[in-house]
Amino acid sequence: MKRCYGKACITAIAVVCALILMTSAGIAADVIKLGVAGAHSGDLASYGIPSVKAAELVVKDINAKGGVLGREVVLLVEDDVCKPEVATNTATKLLSQGVDVVMGHICSGATKAALAIYKAENIICMSPSATNPPLTQSGDYPNFYRTIASDDAQARLEVDYAINVLKAKKIAVLHDKGDYGKGLAEFAKAFIEKDSRAEVVLYEGVTPGAVDYSAVVQKIKRFKADAVIFGGYHPEASKIVMQMRKKRMDTAFISDDGVKDDTFIKVAGAYAEGVYATGPKDTSKNPLAIAATEAHRKAYGSDPGAFFLNAYAATQALLNAIEKAGSTDYEKVSQALKTEYVETPLGRIKFDERGDAIGIGFSIYQVKGGVYIEVR
Amino acid sequence: MDYFLELFLGGLTRGSIYALIALGYTMVYGIIELINFAHGEIYMIGAFTALIVISVLTLMGMNTVAILVIAGVIAVIYSSAYGYTVEKIAYKPLRNAPRLSALISAIGMSLFLQNYVLLAQTSDFLPFPNLVPDFEFMEPYAHIIGSTEIVILLTTAVVMVLLTFLIKFTTIGKAMRAASQDKTMAMLVGINVNRVISVTFVVGSATAAIGGVLIASHVGMINFYIGFIAGIKAFVAAVLGGIGSIPGAVLGSFILGWTESFATGYVSSDYEDVFAFLFLVLILIFRPSGILGRTEKNKV
Repeated sequence: MKRCYGKACITAIAVVCALILMTSAGIAADVIKLGVAGAHSGDLASYGIPSVKAAELVVKDINAKGGVLGREVVLLVEDDVCKPEVATNTATKLLSQGVDVVMGHICSGATKAALAIYKAENIICMSPSATNPPLTQSGDYPNFYRTIASDDAQARLEVDYAINVLKAKKIAVLHDKGDYGKGLAEFAKAFIEKDSRAEVVLYEGVTPGAVDYSAVVQKIKRFKADAVIFGGYHPEASKIVMQMRKKRMDTAFISDDGVKDDTFIKVAGAYAEGVYATGPKDTSKNPLAIAATEAHRKAYGSDPGAFFLNAYAATQALLNAIEKAGSTDYEKVSQALKTEYVETPLGRIKFDERGDAIGIGFSIYQVKGGVYIEVR
Repeated sequence: MDYFLELFLGGLTRGSIYALIALGYTMVYGIIELINFAHGEIYMIGAFTALIVISVLTLMGMNTVAILVIAGVIAVIYSSAYGYTVEKIAYKPLRNAPRLSALISAIGMSLFLQNYVLLAQTSDFLPFPNLVPDFEFMEPYAHIIGSTEIVILLTTAVVMVLLTFLIKFTTIGKAMRAASQDKTMAMLVGINVNRVISVTFVVGSATAAIGGVLIASHVGMINFYIGFIAGIKAFVAAVLGGIGSIPGAVLGSFILGWTESFATGYVSSDYEDVFAFLFLVLILIFRPSGILGRTEKNKV
């Protein structure tokens, strides 16, 4: 009896051991590990925490419906404090935990630092908020995707609209010497110069707050510009537009989301008619966006923070691509991201060759009858 | 040639506005040797007053020209009252204090008035209606010079003539000139110097208010901060022409307006201010007291 007990004991231990081994093997094979990296503490935590909440909501939803490829999705949340030097550690840590795809990081600098590490291990990384243009455009990071428009997207849209739709051949590019306006104007200038159909006839900064801009307006007229692209904010834009119209010039005026503001229309009044401005696509009427915001309110008792919808869309896009690819294989998932459309709170999106989302970003608006109307 | 003419007229318009503000700086400096930094704010208050009056009168459905005239007159009266009060509150108690004290008081007054308008009105840009109708006979030339610009030029010319008349041929003008030469001596011969100083502030504020109304209807928008940049530019113009000299302020303003206009037109608007201030530096190197300034040997 004693011996028998010992035997049973050994058997029991062996069974338990086998069970433990089996379950751990089972966990490794049966879950999909989604890394969520970004600033979750520190000064910029308010940019990173909404993306964690978005991922939690999406994953809860998907797991409730049976997971991805029949496997449960688990989150690996890691903080990078928005610092490049911490982000490399974050990335290494995620890799050591066997992450399959990463949704993050939040800041452009931290994202760039982490990307090299993911790239070496063929891990796809999708940021909801890193807008630095070279991240996609340099071609250095084929494993990078984002669900936010890059900084130069507005300039691209303005130039395309001026050249393709308005058929402008001579374009004047003005800015207000500020970081935002000048940065945008520099991109616009570079895009026009690459296009053989149009040329930059004037590239200048105006002094914000100057008494009037009649000299610059005369200059626009002298160079016979067909269109003016302005980078800056509405006070300067309305002064320039009003003086152009008073000088009987009907030159098209195209500007950015610093001008897509109701104050611009209020101040420029009738002179604002026909002015074009780019602005973020309107997502407030998208039923998925309304549902996602509502789910956030229910789960956390507050309105969602910055980049919440972008992170929501990124998580959905990544999980959808894995589902469509049928595995977490890098090549197959990349292919799926670029070919399969997915419905998100930001609209119906897929990704282009460089990793920027198609269908996200900015639209052209035009002032008609005293309001901005989206031009289609 | 057309281009040159356009830039010339643009610079002239801008110069006229600077001149209307610079006159106040230079008249006050000529008499009490104080740089009245609150002067740009008086210009801004003039524009705001006009906007309020215009809004009310437009609701009552008056004719636009009548509205413009009434709004202008009320703005002038209101701004003059401000100028008068500012002098009584901020400068008169410091009449015999070191000059630096009065200067600091002036800067404080400027900040106070800016923030007062910010709180009492709004921080937003407000649209300012264009009340000068498009003259029909001007239509062929509208691309060169607009009707508002013509009104600005004519008004400035009229104000200049009236001011010259006031200073050269009236008793108070004579008293002003006397007080600017020697205050003590003027008092000894029975001139009420305090009254002369008050009148100077009132006249200076009135011209600034006219400038405020004109430029606001030219650019079509105002906010509480417009006085600052216009005030700085007009101050530069007054120094350029020789602070204390009335013809100097006018000349300096036109030179500044043209420099800015031509620098933008022929070089680049990136360097608009660079050229304006470069010109100031050059003139002050060769003529330290400005183009028409008198050199006074007994003062430091």
